[in-house]
Amino acid sequence: MNLMRLLRGQAAEPGWFDFPGGIHPPDNKAQSLQTPIAEFPLQAQYVVPVNQHIGALAVPCVTVGDQVLTGQIIAEAAGFISAPAHAPTSGTVTAIEDRPVPHPSGLTVTCIVIQADGQDTWRPRAPWPDWPARSHADLLQRLQEAGVTGLGGASFPTAVKLAADRAHIDTLVVNGAECEPYITADQALIRERAPTLYRGIEVVHKLYDFQRILIGIEDNKPDAIAALHAGLQALPETLRQRCEIRVVPTRYPSGGERQLIWLLTGREVPSGGLPMDLGMLCHNVGTLAAVADAVIEDRPLISRITTLTGDHLRRQGNIEVRLGTSIDALLAWAGLDTAPERLIMGGPMMGFALNEPGLPLVKATNCLLVPTEQELPTPPPAKPCIRCGHCEQVCPASLLPQQLMWFAQSREWDKAEQHRLFDCIECGACAYVCPSHIPLVQYYRAAKGTIHREKAEHQQAERARIRFEARQARLEQEAAEKEARRQQRAQAAKARQSESATAVDKASDPVSEAVERAKAKRTGEQGTPNTAPTANLSAEQLQARLDQQRDRLAKAEAKLADAAPEHRKAMQMTVSKLQQQIQKTEAQLQKAES
Amino acid sequence: MIIVWSILALLVLAVLFGGLLGYASVRFRPEGNPIVDQIDQILPQTQCGQCGHPGCRPYAEAIANGEAINKCPPGGESTIQELADLLDMEPVPLDAEHGEEKPRQVAIIREDECIGCTKCIQACPVDAILGAAKQMHTVIESECTGCDLCVDPCPVDCIDMVPVATHLQTWHWQPPKPDYQIIATDRDRSDQEAA
Repeated sequence: MNLMRLLRGQAAEPGWFDFPGGIHPPDNKAQSLQTPIAEFPLQAQYVVPVNQHIGALAVPCVTVGDQVLTGQIIAEAAGFISAPAHAPTSGTVTAIEDRPVPHPSGLTVTCIVIQADGQDTWRPRAPWPDWPARSHADLLQRLQEAGVTGLGGASFPTAVKLAADRAHIDTLVVNGAECEPYITADQALIRERAPTLYRGIEVVHKLYDFQRILIGIEDNKPDAIAALHAGLQALPETLRQRCEIRVVPTRYPSGGERQLIWLLTGREVPSGGLPMDLGMLCHNVGTLAAVADAVIEDRPLISRITTLTGDHLRRQGNIEVRLGTSIDALLAWAGLDTAPERLIMGGPMMGFALNEPGLPLVKATNCLLVPTEQELPTPPPAKPCIRCGHCEQVCPASLLPQQLMWFAQSREWDKAEQHRLFDCIECGACAYVCPSHIPLVQYYRAAKGTIHREKAEHQQAERARIRFEARQARLEQEAAEKEARRQQRAQAAKARQSESATAVDKASDPVSEAVERAKAKRTGEQGTPNTAPTANLSAEQLQARLDQQRDRLAKAEAKLADAAPEHRKAMQMTVSKLQQQIQKTEAQLQKAES
Repeated sequence: MIIVWSILALLVLAVLFGGLLGYASVRFRPEGNPIVDQIDQILPQTQCGQCGHPGCRPYAEAIANGEAINKCPPGGESTIQELADLLDMEPVPLDAEHGEEKPRQVAIIREDECIGCTKCIQACPVDAILGAAKQMHTVIESECTGCDLCVDPCPVDCIDMVPVATHLQTWHWQPPKPDYQIIATDRDRSDQEAA
């Protein structure tokens, strides 16, 4: 590394490492630095959108007509990557409805509209002068509840970033580079509120116990650098030893997270990775000041410093303004002279145009730029790419911008991904130097969006396929079960049938027995000789039959004695018949015994 | 003599490699037709049956057996393009007989009017409708593929097909317009045309 530095002629300046590419646009910062940070007066109405951060939309937790106090949570975080929103002042909730918000899409989002009562009464606050004694969990929870998000422009929830695994993180990179032209919000903040910034660094240091804290700032901000040095002297000795103020040369985009880390440490954040992978954490100075306010003063993120600039404004400068303030009111206060051609949120490189009136200011609004046509001419229509290669020389991510443009134009997404489209930080350096004025970044943004959408659609299709197959399997199983049940029933019926048939064979059926008996009786009565079976009977059986017959004779004689005269003849016949049978049986018995 | 040896050597090699290939073709035979899986991956899995097959996989099998690749309206041009790339065919325009490409839709049940007949539940190919007999039904929007199959069976016509609205989470930048390159003096004209 030292050799490389020597080769690049940087041996004399050990404070920074050179990153590839970059441009030097006119910085246009002086016009907004003439005055100290102003305080924007309270307004009659505030519109607080629920999407002021990256991640899941916050969920309103107040209803129309509710009285709210300054700093009260009015929309709660939903999910892990999310942040709550707070009432910027006290008043009454007059509406919760979809309204346009500052977003490149121009879409509407749920907004909570608060009619201010002018009192600006705070909710009960619990400042923590003893914050170093608090636990990590307490600190993180307070940060989460305070809705602090990255104020450099991306608006990523800070509590989520700070909840990362602490074990291997040893470096804090404080981003005060503010490389984009026109924007001076961070510079003004450092200049006037360096002590608050250092408090924020202390809070984050308490969470992580960093080995070193690198504060990166561009060399075009001498007043802010002086303020940083002055503030450093007030720090406790142990912390001061770990802090280093590194002044880096002014070059766009040195304020990009990856570029600043490269500048300060000479290390490159891996493709698709995060600074965490290098054991680093990067925070914007504004964010750290907000962290200090949130933790120590119990002041949630309800205002931010915004740069109002552009030659259409008479009063250019930085202003501390409550979130949810109407942008129109701000511009009117700043002395907007006419209806502007363009209103840009963010800087001229990475910002986007706001086309609708009545938008509220949000956490990500670091700058409102209202340039005149002379100041920032509308880009002329794009001409064909002449393959000059300037874009490749300025790309800070070492990509091939024109190649990516071809792939985006011909919708060859896989090739664009192979050429590391997703390492593009959309800084706009390529478009800035393009002699054909091709809006390159817009191609990349569109390509990234389309690729994300196609991936999401593919995932959804995959889910639909799984659900469809599961349903098919279920229907088949149901049909199979139905069939199995039918088979089972059929078998059961068959089994019962055959079972009853065998049962009839085996068990003594009273009906058939009676039929048999009747048959036997009938044959007996008809006088058919009973001799055939009796011939083979044993003496005991004959004896039993004899007893039976005598019994019946005795009964018959008794009946004969009682019988009415008209029945007597028939009875006598029965008796004589029985007597004959007895005689016959006796003869047989004698024969059998002999 | 050497010619005999060389022929013999080639013969031995031929038998050896033939045997090897024969063994490999039996041992490593892929189960099913892998091209069907690849085609199935590309199809949108709407399971709408507009192609005339009962689901995406049967259509994938039919394509593998030589059926036309332009019968899938939900997939539209991009699916045809992908299929053409995969199968090394010329992309053809969508067959209008099977319907036209529409923006993505979801079914919405007008719940007040639902009589709880469960007919739509039986029709839904991806089990995206929730409900029970004589209870109100509702569509699980995140799972609905917009296949349209539940609309016809509904006896009270209480199902609407609604285009999916773009919201912040799904919005993305559009490529620059006009996409073609024009010279500066023609700009006004192109603006007028666009308007």
